[in-house]
Amino acid sequence: MKFDTNTYKITDSGKIGTVALILGVVFLAISVLGFMQDSAHFYSNYLTAYIFWLSVALGGMFITMLHHITNATWSTVIRRITENMAATMPVFVLLFIPIVFGLHEMYHWSHAEVMDPNSPSYDALIHEKQGYLNETFFFIRAFFYLAVWTIFSFLLRKKSVEQDSTGADYKLAYKKLAAPGLILFALTTTFASFDWMMSLDAHWFSTIFGVYFFSGIFLSGLTFLFVFLMYLRSQNVLGDVVTVEHYQDIGKFIFAFIIFWSYMAGSQYFLIWYANLPEENYWFLYRWGNSWEIVSMVLIYGHFVFPFLALITRAAKRNLKFMVFISLWIFAMRFVDFYWIIMPTGLNEDGSRVVFDFTMYDIAPIIGIGGIFFWFFWKQLTANAIIPVKDPSLNESMKFQNT
Amino acid sequence: MGLFKKLPGVIIAEFDSTGSLLHAAEKMSEAGYKKYDCHSPFPIHGMDKAMKLKRSPMGYIIGTMGLIGMSGMVGLTYWTNTYGYSMVISGKPYFSWQAFIPVIFAITILLSAFGAFFGMLALNKLPQLFNPIFNSDAFAKVTNDSFFVSVESHDPMYDEAKVKSFLESIGGKNVEVIKGE
Repeated sequence: MKFDTNTYKITDSGKIGTVALILGVVFLAISVLGFMQDSAHFYSNYLTAYIFWLSVALGGMFITMLHHITNATWSTVIRRITENMAATMPVFVLLFIPIVFGLHEMYHWSHAEVMDPNSPSYDALIHEKQGYLNETFFFIRAFFYLAVWTIFSFLLRKKSVEQDSTGADYKLAYKKLAAPGLILFALTTTFASFDWMMSLDAHWFSTIFGVYFFSGIFLSGLTFLFVFLMYLRSQNVLGDVVTVEHYQDIGKFIFAFIIFWSYMAGSQYFLIWYANLPEENYWFLYRWGNSWEIVSMVLIYGHFVFPFLALITRAAKRNLKFMVFISLWIFAMRFVDFYWIIMPTGLNEDGSRVVFDFTMYDIAPIIGIGGIFFWFFWKQLTANAIIPVKDPSLNESMKFQNT
Repeated sequence: MGLFKKLPGVIIAEFDSTGSLLHAAEKMSEAGYKKYDCHSPFPIHGMDKAMKLKRSPMGYIIGTMGLIGMSGMVGLTYWTNTYGYSMVISGKPYFSWQAFIPVIFAITILLSAFGAFFGMLALNKLPQLFNPIFNSDAFAKVTNDSFFVSVESHDPMYDEAKVKSFLESIGGKNVEVIKGE
């Protein structure tokens, strides 16, 4: 990798993008093998991987908009990277296609006989929800979410790249994007999580589910950002621009949102545990048995207890090697979280629910979609300077120090 | 507590910029002064380092108080629900810890906040109602547009003439001696 320290451009991006693309295609091909063996299982795995990487992109979008709306200056040096994480949205529009085909395999409510009162498999409870849960409306909503995300991430990146040549102060222009963007972001992510994950089990409902998804989005974005910045640092890129002070701030965010995620997950569990109503508690009960208890345990200890204790001290947040490990750990836990939500809802061919059985087909779509995501991300990132070189607050950001 | 102690005398010197104040702070800590302070209308980045201040022990105070609150509340809910007033509520075990997470959390935060608030007061030796430094008319400018270094007479290296000439040598202006009470 060759890096120009005057223009802050990666002049020779090396083979990493190509390697990612090849890995992506190869592993998607492997998951197609899985599709031939067991299509229902494949779709669940694919949806897990899709939402896992989508949450990284949405995380980048949220960090960017948060930066603009709060007048932040410390995060100016990392803004270009989060912008490009968000700007991978076209990849996710394309990769949504398999979910369209897998709709009937994954979403029980999409079966016509469930809504038909004369059919033996008629489900009155789901029929009540037909106004929201029907295929036409589902696709209109999905189109709307993806359109909103694509447009806003595109505009955020476009304005920022434009600033590289004009050097004007775009603060207000950014805010005009970020303010409506954040409102739409909150609504779209909430309803996307309802549509794509909660409706997998159409009987179950949890009003906090959208916030729970959001807390995970932010964590996915931050941990990806941290690891990627440290990768650049190991290649002697941005080592003197993104300092330990910035890393500590990202670490603080990770720590705060580990707690926030646990708070949301805990609240969701707590109310259902307290009321103990059969129509709600079966969702947790199924995950606390039937071979899924191990995944639940990993989630509690791996996604909350361990990172919480590990990140308490200031020294830990300033120890870059340790933080890379913790970030990778939490990044892996993000996968476990989505796996825990999505996989137990899958049905086998005989109608029974799937049990915990971790094979390479569970991993293949993660690497597959991840490879394509990274290839596109890398291509977009290296097209311009990797920090906003003419942003008026850049100088202040580079000098940033924690007190 | 600073309420009843004898008030020390102070020597103050004025500086005209953040840069010169930082520079002065470095010289003061190098020279080995202990009971000195820097005053400015706003926080200055790098001042802690220049004055060679140690990190505040507040984090440990708050952490300890939080742990006391947490373990106290776990103990209380455990004892009351298992031994003191054991009742079966909605078919759950006596000590259903999930139900007490909110109160355990709340007391943890409450005691941490107490630790933060009272710890801050104690470490700053507050409440202290008066300081002789306010007898100086020039010092009033510190809330507006001026920077000061002050040296208390408690300092082991305190010697009026020497401190005066040292403050002047590091660029201090309008050096003023204020008597203690």
